[in-house]
Amino acid sequence: MAKVRLPTEDSLNVRAALIGVAAGYIAIFLLTPLIAVFAEALRNGVDGFIQAVSEKDALSAIELTLTVAAIAVPLNCVFGLAAAWAVAKHDFAGKALFVTLIDLPFSVSPVISGLIYVLLFGAQGYLGPALDILGIKVIYTVTGLVLATVFVTFPFVARELIPLMEEQGVSEEEAAISLGADGWQTFWHVTLPNVRWGLLYGVLLCNARAMGEFGAVSVVSGHIRGLTNTMPLHVEILYNEYNFAAAFAVASLLAFLALVTLVLKSVLEWRFAADIAASHRH
Amino acid sequence: MSLRIEHVTKKFGTLAAVDDVSLAIDKGEFMALLGPSGSGKTTLLRIIAGLELMESGALHFDGTDLSAVPARERRVGFVFQNYALFRHMTVARNISFGVDVLPRKRKPKRAEIKTKVEALLARMQLEGLGQRYPNQLSGGQRQRVALARALAIEPRILLLDEPFGALDAKVRKELRAWLRALHDDTRLTTVMVTHDQDEALAIADRVAILNEGRIEQVGTPGELKERPASAFVREFLGVA
Repeated sequence: MAKVRLPTEDSLNVRAALIGVAAGYIAIFLLTPLIAVFAEALRNGVDGFIQAVSEKDALSAIELTLTVAAIAVPLNCVFGLAAAWAVAKHDFAGKALFVTLIDLPFSVSPVISGLIYVLLFGAQGYLGPALDILGIKVIYTVTGLVLATVFVTFPFVARELIPLMEEQGVSEEEAAISLGADGWQTFWHVTLPNVRWGLLYGVLLCNARAMGEFGAVSVVSGHIRGLTNTMPLHVEILYNEYNFAAAFAVASLLAFLALVTLVLKSVLEWRFAADIAASHRH
Repeated sequence: MSLRIEHVTKKFGTLAAVDDVSLAIDKGEFMALLGPSGSGKTTLLRIIAGLELMESGALHFDGTDLSAVPARERRVGFVFQNYALFRHMTVARNISFGVDVLPRKRKPKRAEIKTKVEALLARMQLEGLGQRYPNQLSGGQRQRVALARALAIEPRILLLDEPFGALDAKVRKELRAWLRALHDDTRLTTVMVTHDQDEALAIADRVAILNEGRIEQVGTPGELKERPASAFVREFLGVA
C-alpha cells in the first residue's frame, strides 16, 4: 500500500527543497560569518588571541562595555517595567502616542540618536553650556555613552512585556486589591511574578544590544582610547589600523557574549517550560 | 451584614450602565442579580466591591457609608467570573493571600494561617490540593479555590460574578446545590450575578431583575413567577 500523506504534508521533493533553502540560507548568512569571526580571531594562534584581548586598551574597552551595560540594563529594566505596566494595565489619553514613542529608538537610526545627544548636550548644544557651568560633561564621556545606550536599548524590556501583560489582563490585580493588598504588594506579589520570564528575556536582549551597540555610542564617544572606547568601537579602531587579528579577537569576545545570552535563554526556556506556559494560559 | 444601595448611577461615556439603582439586601440574604448581558449587573457588583467608581448614589454596610472606602479596605469577598487565581502561586498561597498581605501587627502566626488554609481546603472539598498550581486543577476545583480565597479574609459580604459561567452543565448543577448549602451554613450575605434564570431562581432567596441598567423587579422566586411586574420580566423568566 502506498504511504498516505496527511493533507498538510508536502511531497518529499518539496520538503527537501524547502529544508535545503532554509539550511543554506542560515549557513551562508548566520553560520559562516560567526565561524569566520572565531577563525580570524585565532589566526595568530591562542597566544596571539590572548595577547590581543589582554592588551591595556582592550581591557579598558571590555571594562567600559561591561560598565555601560551594568548601568543601562537595570535602568531600562525599571523604565521598561514601568512603561509596560502603564500601557497594559491602565487607560489614559495619549496611550497610542506613548506606545509609538517607546518604539522610536527602534525606528530611528542609532547614528541619529547619537547626533541628537550631541545636539542637546554638546558644547554648542541646547543644554551643553548650562550643564558645563554645573561641571557636568556628557559628550565624550562615559555619561554620554550610558545615555546613548539607554536610549537605543529602551524598547527591549517594554516591548517584551506589553503584549504579555495585556494578555494577562487586570483581573488578578483586581483580585489582589479586593483581598486587601495595597498597590506595592499587588505589583510585587502578582504583577511582577506573572511577567518574570518575559522580563528576563527582555533583559537578556537588552543586554546583548547594550554591549554590541555601535552607531549611537560612536557619535558621542569621541573614541578616546582607554577612556571612552567600548568594545565595538575598539574593534573598529583596530580594524582601521589593519590590525585584523586583534580586531577579530575582540569581536569574537562580543560574539561569544551574544552566544552566551542565546544559550542562557534557551536553557531557561527548556528548564522552566511548564512555568512559562502557565504564565500565558490560565 | 446588610447592604443598602441608594440611587447608584454609573455611566460609560454617555451610556448609563447602571441607572439610578436602589436595592436593599438583608443580613444573611442570598440575592441574585439577574439580567441579559449589558444590563449592568456586573457593573453594579463591581461598584459594590469598589472596583468601579459610581458617579452618584451611596452604598451603606450596616448603616456605615462605604462610598469613600477604597476597595482594599471594604473586606468584600469577590469571586471573579474567570476566578482570577494567582497563576504563579500554589492553591494554599492563593487562599492565604488576603491574610499574608495584612500589616504585621494584625497578621496571625504562621501556624494559625496554615490551620486556617487547611480548614478552608477541607470545607471546599479540596483536601490534598494545597500544593498544586491553578493550571493543574479542573474548572470546578478552581471555582472552589476562588471561593476559599474570598472566604479567607472573613468578608462582610460575598460577591459572585457568574460563578458557574465557565463550567459544564453537570458540574454547574452540583456546585449550585453545594453553594446554597454553604450559604445556609455560613449565613454570609451574598450577592450573585447571573444571566441564567434557572440558576437565579433555584439558588437565591430573592432575585433582582435588571434591564438596561435599571431594576425591573425585585422579589422571591415565587413572587416573580406568579406576579411578573412587566412584559420584560415575564418574557425573560419565560412565564406564560
